[in-house]
Amino acid sequence: MDNTQKWIAFSTIVRREIHRFMRIWPQTLVPPIITIVLYFVIFGRLIGSRIGEMAELPYIQFVAPGLIMMSVITNSYSNVVSSFYGSKFQRNIEELLVSPTPNWIILLGYVCGGMARGLGVGAMVTLLSLYFADFSLHSLPITIGIVLMTSLMFSLAGLINAIFAGSFDDISIIPTFVLTPLIYLGGVFYSIDLLGEFWGTVSLINPILYMVNAFRYGMVGITDIDVTYSFAMVGLFSVVMFGLALRLLETGSRLRS
Amino acid sequence: MNDSTQPALAIKQLNKTYEDGFEALKGIDLNVPPGDFFALLGPNGAGKSTTIGIICSLVRKTAGTVKIFGYDIDKDFSAAKQHVGVVPQEFNFNQFEKPIDILVNQAGFYGIPAKLAHERAEKYLKQLALWEKRDTPSRTLSGGMKRRLMIARALIHEPKLLVLDEPTAGVDIELRRSMWEFLQEINRQGTTIILTTHYLEEAESLCRNVAIIDHGEIVKNTSIRELLTQLNTETFVLDTKEQMDQCPEVSGYPLKQVDGHSLEVAVEKSQSINELFGALTEQGIHVVSMRNKTNRLEELFFDLVEKNLQEKANG
Repeated sequence: MDNTQKWIAFSTIVRREIHRFMRIWPQTLVPPIITIVLYFVIFGRLIGSRIGEMAELPYIQFVAPGLIMMSVITNSYSNVVSSFYGSKFQRNIEELLVSPTPNWIILLGYVCGGMARGLGVGAMVTLLSLYFADFSLHSLPITIGIVLMTSLMFSLAGLINAIFAGSFDDISIIPTFVLTPLIYLGGVFYSIDLLGEFWGTVSLINPILYMVNAFRYGMVGITDIDVTYSFAMVGLFSVVMFGLALRLLETGSRLRS
Repeated sequence: MNDSTQPALAIKQLNKTYEDGFEALKGIDLNVPPGDFFALLGPNGAGKSTTIGIICSLVRKTAGTVKIFGYDIDKDFSAAKQHVGVVPQEFNFNQFEKPIDILVNQAGFYGIPAKLAHERAEKYLKQLALWEKRDTPSRTLSGGMKRRLMIARALIHEPKLLVLDEPTAGVDIELRRSMWEFLQEINRQGTTIILTTHYLEEAESLCRNVAIIDHGEIVKNTSIRELLTQLNTETFVLDTKEQMDQCPEVSGYPLKQVDGHSLEVAVEKSQSINELFGALTEQGIHVVSMRNKTNRLEELFFDLVEKNLQEKANG
């Protein structure tokens, strides 16, 4: 395949992925919006007004960046894991596997599809958050940079999960038992200063902590973690996951007999 | 390196051993010339689908080489795939997508620009009588329509080699005939076709050459014509004008009465069917029609597979 053909193959995968989640928008776009609105109403308005300040910010302002990041993470992940596993289950992944499309194009296509949904939902949640909280943007490059890298990383994670999955149960286990606890313990709702030295140190092994803090820094200018370190960690995780996902596609693990 | 004089498919010492130790292919060799209409026959589990899976890279081979029009599927991955289209046995398209989208997307995976992809999708959907259904969710199509959709999808990049795994399984007679005509037409236009089938009548009607695979080995690879010359006995069913109260007897012809108006007889290649008709007429029995009891190729197929089984049993 020449470069033009590769571009056509890539854009076909991305277009198909976007078309898929747009076609089933009541399942893919509406639920995360409703969930985040509930978070804003309950944790931001009802409980948040009694909490007062967190890290010298009104609680709703503190929690808003974490909630936006949460929607980006869960939607990037769930789009790729459900789409790729669905293709495996229906065996239409074979349409791609028999074609001359290189594996790295397949990987990028699915990941960009996941990022399109993650960032799209994230943008809608950001617009909604303006209704609940007032905040100015502290650093646009940091905000955009970290949200892009986070979406990339969790799209890759979703793809790896889908490749390994052998049943629909397998694609819900990781989000339920790994992703959700990591998000809740990743500093979305609290500053790790509240945890004390031991649990604060334990929290540092949670990659979501770095993403949420870097994003919060970009939006409101406060963070528990060094932002440079956050970018380095997310970048490292992304490179490792990209390598692993590509290796799995190259070897045909769980895709080819 | 590659041109149309190269074999459409050249397989050398192809071996496949699955992770559980099952040896599905035991070093097979196969050559399919360009423009051929080739049948790959064999009982269930013989290795047909594994061979096709390796050709289209859905199955990883253990050893051996596979070349498609001279392009090695390992070394010239992209070129080899551009030259082959595959119609699998099971439906493997997204049941929620529309036929037009399935075809246009598949074209995209081969790097075909959108305008050309739409033109080809229209062409093949029309040729396969699916154009009216182009915007219908594919899950609502009938079984025959789904099979035709997979053929259209396999042709969207206009491959020089089309491989079909049981293309007419579960398809009604009328549709099967129309699919045969379609395949014969694209073969006439230059596309090499390889098919596996359980309907040996299909192989006899369509194909020029045949390979019979059994227990992962090619037990016969020849032309259909050559194969049929090896047939020593054919069994015919004769329909008679007169009611027969008992089975007539004709020396040298083992007749068996099926019912009051039909007889069954095994005729050896050296014998003359006219002689039988004459003998029956002398007994006042007139034959009004005659048909093969079983497909001729079917008899040969069973003979070969049975022979292979006995050879294995004898070590």
